[in-house]
Amino acid sequence: MVRRPSSRARAAQWVLLLAVVAAAWYLVSNAGANLAARNMGIGFGFLGDTANFDIPFKLIAWDDSDTYARALLVCLLNTLLVSAMGIVAATLLGLVVGIMRLSANWLVRNIALTFIELIRNTPQLVQIIFWYVAVLQTLPPPRQSIVLPGGLLLNIRGLYLPSFHDTPNAGWLAAMAVLLLAATPLVWRLERRGRRIGAWALVLPILALGAFSAGIESVEFPAMHGFNLTGGIQIPPELVALWAGLSIYGAAFIAEIVRASIQSVPHGQREAALSLGLRPRAVLAKVVLPQALRVMVPPLTSQYLNIIKGSSLGAAVAYPELFQIFAGTVLNQSGREIETIVILMGIFLAISLLTSAFMNWYNRHVALVSR
Amino acid sequence: MSGPSALELRPPVGALLPWRREPGAPWVPGEWVRRNLFGSLFDTLLTLAVLGVLALIVPPLVRWGVTNATISGTTRAACGPDGACWTFIRMRLPTLLFGHYPAEERWRLAAAFAVVGGCAIPVLREHTRHRGLWLLALLTAAPAVAGVLLVGGVLGLPFVDTSAWGGLMLDVVISFVTVAGSLPLGVLLALGRRSELLVVRSLSVGFIELWRGVPLLTVLFMSAVMVPLFLPGGVSLDRLVRAMVALVLFNGAYMAEVVRGGLQGIQAGQEEAAYSLGLHWRQVQVHVVLPQALRLVMPGIINTVVDLFKDTTLVTIIGLSDLLGAVSLALKDPAWPGFATEGYVFSAVVFFVCCFAMSAYGRSFERRARDAR
Repeated sequence: MVRRPSSRARAAQWVLLLAVVAAAWYLVSNAGANLAARNMGIGFGFLGDTANFDIPFKLIAWDDSDTYARALLVCLLNTLLVSAMGIVAATLLGLVVGIMRLSANWLVRNIALTFIELIRNTPQLVQIIFWYVAVLQTLPPPRQSIVLPGGLLLNIRGLYLPSFHDTPNAGWLAAMAVLLLAATPLVWRLERRGRRIGAWALVLPILALGAFSAGIESVEFPAMHGFNLTGGIQIPPELVALWAGLSIYGAAFIAEIVRASIQSVPHGQREAALSLGLRPRAVLAKVVLPQALRVMVPPLTSQYLNIIKGSSLGAAVAYPELFQIFAGTVLNQSGREIETIVILMGIFLAISLLTSAFMNWYNRHVALVSR
Repeated sequence: MSGPSALELRPPVGALLPWRREPGAPWVPGEWVRRNLFGSLFDTLLTLAVLGVLALIVPPLVRWGVTNATISGTTRAACGPDGACWTFIRMRLPTLLFGHYPAEERWRLAAAFAVVGGCAIPVLREHTRHRGLWLLALLTAAPAVAGVLLVGGVLGLPFVDTSAWGGLMLDVVISFVTVAGSLPLGVLLALGRRSELLVVRSLSVGFIELWRGVPLLTVLFMSAVMVPLFLPGGVSLDRLVRAMVALVLFNGAYMAEVVRGGLQGIQAGQEEAAYSLGLHWRQVQVHVVLPQALRLVMPGIINTVVDLFKDTTLVTIIGLSDLLGAVSLALKDPAWPGFATEGYVFSAVVFFVCCFAMSAYGRSFERRARDAR
């Protein structure tokens, strides 16, 4: 049903375009005049200037005398780190809660429902600040750290993980581990004379783990030495709070997506699989979940994007991600309002578009395989 | 009792099928407990584990929040060491709800709320005659009256600057303005995105994808620091107004995607039939397509409203003092140090009550719509 627009409508759209361009030109000329009055121009040259501020948490080397451009890179990595951590944790937690929501056990089902309703109906910002101020800042000092399984320590200064010391060959061994892991799903699909030989693929992750651990010379657990905690990796409380806020909030939404997509698989599919004699676990793994996954991918994409965009809430707990540093410190120091906002929006837009492009590609891939 | 038939056979764990009573069968507590909590060995273990965890978590929470908590008194001396100090919240309640709106003018808030609520109830109710007229009043007359009441400066009402607005009232006002602005904008954008006109379509798609690709915080920040630069010299726009405009544009893009879903759900035949009756594009959209599409996506619209209501807390970061901001300010009071948990729990509970009520309305709407079909 294509109804040709009238010629009047076709003419009107050019008037609309003209109006939009005129409005944009008006705003830009205002900005030009305002900036001229302040003796400033527009340009990204300031990115080459010395930053002169400290970034308390960084993945790569940072020094006060580095440039704003390097600060951008440091903060981008921080944003990506917390987003990736959030996405992984939210997916795992969401999957568990979503399956709990469909449990045959009334208690489990309703605990999951309560969790989802509680989390979805309170603002994410309140949750992040709550984790930071009301939970993490009331933790005991390092001396009375809470000891978690696996040698983890939790105290007011954050979460301490054991750290690994590498042998000289660690790089090669880690690369090998990654290759082995990447090969696993490929090998898994191998078939010969109609028989699955891919089960051997399950050996590969074990080999990968072996290769990885062969690269570790020693593990250092965090411990008290005098007045200080030494050893291990410290995850600052800001990161823990933001991570918890992003992943728990995201998990509540992902759980609903998981539940809805599992329920969207027609009941007959399940009954047919059961009547073919498949074990219930195989019904879930081979019939229900592959079909549910296909339904799951598009809404999951928008949740992942929400987690990435939500990482800007780190500003509320002073986690040094893009927004906190650039809309805060950099903007105040350089007075470059337009440039900093354009950089921020541009980067987030690029991340969003790349993520949705990847998820769309994955979506097509899944859709093709399971037909 | 003979052996269970194939259909009755409750699939064990992993098949993801909750037990349901047979229609018409009586409710037997013993059977309910056995089927729902102790259906299999795994279920029994699960139930016991969950009960154990609940026994560890719930009693301390109840002790802290209810049994050992204090709400009477006027100073922090009234509060015990091992319970929540709701006295703090009680003493601060007016600021948390109304910000620094002058106490003697608060009747105006109630009046404005009554005017808007009076128009909103007929719009949201199930059976209303002239729902369209009520909706028109809700979007035009009611906000005008409420705006005059809130701002004042005319008709003998003293002027109240928006810097005095705050607390929950600010969240509610911002949300209302945002919904009233973003819903019409979203409808226009959704129609634009489906338009045959290249310019209209590209502008709509660009607008929608731009706002949906960036965090709300950057949009709010843009309204706070960048927009003043784009206004002609000497003109200044209230910070709250700028934030509201930003929220309208941002949520308009989300509304557009929700409405687009509804437009796609309307069969092409509806439009074709309307055109063949000789209606124009505008008549077709207003009288045939949109009423059906909006009804179809009402749950999605309500979800967006809930989300934007929660998102109003972000105005705290650009220096407006909404409920969350009022809590954070109250926590800095030297007379009440160390009540962060109470403050944030209170704001979480208030938001939960509001949002849960809205979601519940959305679910009831969905149920009604399903029954009507």
